[in-house]
Amino acid sequence: MPYEMSAVTEEKCWELLEEVKDPEMPVVSMVEMGMIHQVKVSDDMVTVEVLPTFVGCPALDMMKNDISNKLKGLAGVKEINVSFVYQPPWTSDRISNEGREKLKTLGIVTPPPQQDDTWQVACPYCDSPYTHVENLFGPAACRSILYCRHCKNPFEALKPIYE
Amino acid sequence: MVQFLQVDSAQKAQENPEYKAALTELLFQLADDDFILAYRGSEWLGLAPHIEEDVAFSSMSQDMMGHAVMHYELLDELGLGKADDLAQLRKPEEFRNVILAERKNGSGEYNDAPKYDWAYAIARHFVYGSIKQVKLEALRESSYQKLSFVSRKMLTEHRYHMMHWQVWMKQLANSTDDAKQKLEAALEKVWVDAGELFSYGKQAATIVGFGIVASEESLREKWYASMQQKFTEIGLNWPGDLGIPAESGRDGQHTPDLANALQTLSEVYVLDPQASW
Ligand SMILES: [Zn+2]
Repeated sequence: MPYEMSAVTEEKCWELLEEVKDPEMPVVSMVEMGMIHQVKVSDDMVTVEVLPTFVGCPALDMMKNDISNKLKGLAGVKEINVSFVYQPPWTSDRISNEGREKLKTLGIVTPPPQQDDTWQVACPYCDSPYTHVENLFGPAACRSILYCRHCKNPFEALKPIYE
Repeated sequence: MVQFLQVDSAQKAQENPEYKAALTELLFQLADDDFILAYRGSEWLGLAPHIEEDVAFSSMSQDMMGHAVMHYELLDELGLGKADDLAQLRKPEEFRNVILAERKNGSGEYNDAPKYDWAYAIARHFVYGSIKQVKLEALRESSYQKLSFVSRKMLTEHRYHMMHWQVWMKQLANSTDDAKQKLEAALEKVWVDAGELFSYGKQAATIVGFGIVASEESLREKWYASMQQKFTEIGLNWPGDLGIPAESGRDGQHTPDLANALQTLSEVYVLDPQASW
């Protein structure tokens, strides 16, 4: 049945979105970052709601385009609507375990899944807890620069964001 | 607690012209405050005391610019015009920012012998940020749901700014006598203007009446209590009550510093507002 073959499903969209990378950390997808809140399909229109990690992030427009371009290829899709929403707010615990592992290979540490009063960060290279924050503000809005006193390597960590 | 109406869409806000007018007024204040001070912050690019600070300061200015954009976008949804146009095509007298945000960073110009005052930058951002903090906390309960959502989001980012400025305050206040004197002189300058940050302008009664944000007095009270404690912790004398500048930025009266800033920041945009970037 040709109709069914071309019907767009939310599942199919999610699958494709897994391939859309975070422009500033291309090892992880926006799905793994927990930034895709909702995908809705009605007839030939797809609506994607995205949760920004940081509102002033200059990569937001790029993300929007990347999502549109990825879904454009789907048969039967006429219109794609990508919007940023702030409810629920994006928080660090939305990052998936796969995402956390992948970021670690980049030398970027992710905050613990649960909120903690102290921000203790283990070195991504040697796992030593003897680290300190060099600069809360790093190369991107979402990242800080840290230093490992044990193996003497600098590394980055995502700033914990909890409500 | 009084139960205020809940307005959960731009369309609903537009159905009540009085509500829309009050909301619009407050959004311009919030947007313009962050926008203009973020611009002043961006003028420090390459001039901050060291490279790490340069990265930190530009990152915070970028966040603040992002906060301004969110407010301009809320205005856009209310039918006030495109966010970019609101930021770059309005005349100085249409801006609602406080005078504190527009003051120059020091003498000279960015590309002509800038002699900026670092102590003033710290004092201004610290005091501005601490008042923004109590305002954002109050806005979490705004009757305009979209404003409450974005305020929650901004708070998560703003927290890091405050941590940063607080470290600087402590360091300057407790290092050399020279540093402490410069910081105290800078605080004095900031103090003269900062009281205006608690003003919602002429529409204050409607803004508060509609539950868009808590009253000026309640914010001021909260801020004084927490700030006096902070000053003690840092080891600084409490400078007393905040002043109000001669011009009223909330009513569109500004110093020549604003016109000057707007001219520079919109120079490229006004060449061709239709150009895509
Ligand atoms: Zn290490």
